[in-house]
Amino acid sequence: MTTVLERVTKVIVDRLGVDESEVKVEASFREDLGADSLDVVELVMELEDEFDMEISDEDAEKIGTVGDAISYIEGKIS
Amino acid sequence: MGKLDGKTAVVTGASRGIGRAIALQLAIEGANVVVNYSGSEKKALEVVEEIKSLGSNAIAVQANVSDSDSVQNLMSAALEQFGTIDILVNNAGITRDNLLMRMKEDEWDEVINTNLKGVFLCTKAVTRQMMKQRAGRIINISSIVGTIGNAGQANYVAAKAGVIGLTKTTARELASRNILVNAIAPGFITTEMTDALPEDIKNAMLTQIPLASLGQPEHIAKAVIFLASDDSSYMTGQTLHIDGGMFM
Repeated sequence: MTTVLERVTKVIVDRLGVDESEVKVEASFREDLGADSLDVVELVMELEDEFDMEISDEDAEKIGTVGDAISYIEGKIS
Repeated sequence: MGKLDGKTAVVTGASRGIGRAIALQLAIEGANVVVNYSGSEKKALEVVEEIKSLGSNAIAVQANVSDSDSVQNLMSAALEQFGTIDILVNNAGITRDNLLMRMKEDEWDEVINTNLKGVFLCTKAVTRQMMKQRAGRIINISSIVGTIGNAGQANYVAAKAGVIGLTKTTARELASRNILVNAIAPGFITTEMTDALPEDIKNAMLTQIPLASLGQPEHIAKAVIFLASDDSSYMTGQTLHIDGGMFM
């Protein structure tokens, strides 16, 4: 079974065009992965689709790193 | 072959006036049309029938553009029926004219809510879909008075000027996703809205129009087709003034 980490990584790699090895838990979307603010909005949209959940604007604003995204999603689906 | 074969367009305030002409022209060019209306269901259904007789598909959807839930329902209905939204025409508008000194706060609020906030809400609601598509056209109907002002319309003018600023910002934010956003500023066009004006005001207006006649809704609708089609693929954030030369 694919883990949350693997699924999140795939979305990030597809969206931001970065190498899988760069997608570390502590990596910041904007500072480390070269995303601009619109990329982050789009990334959140795609995570919503991937995990079939709704992420409110307030929650989305708190997601700044790969780890933030993973723990948010794990918290929601567990 | 139309210029918009297979595309889907949502037109707000499409049961009457300029919106109706836009909906019909989009259909003539081959687009599926979502005919939004606020109160005039019968007229909206007539527009739908007329579109079907032109060989395109259409549905009528009631929604108040100043209410975000209502707007969400409108876009969901469009997606459910047609699967994409390629073109959004923010046309819905109302007037509550009064001199500034006599204008009531609710007259101000109603016009701003429909004519400006409505554009924001509808744009926000289609952006997700258009970003996924990596393509989209948003066409905002402003007005000449948004540029030159008009006594007795502080609320309407503020909203229409706001639409031009909103158009430019939306254009900048979404350009990288190939979503093009432009505005049209009609001059005096023959509709129920302008029919309501007294004869002497209309005659005074005519003296201000270099082309010396009122515009027809079709003049605006044809410009919408240009902005919705590949013919305008290198322009965004612009305002087209279609007013017989009133504003230069």
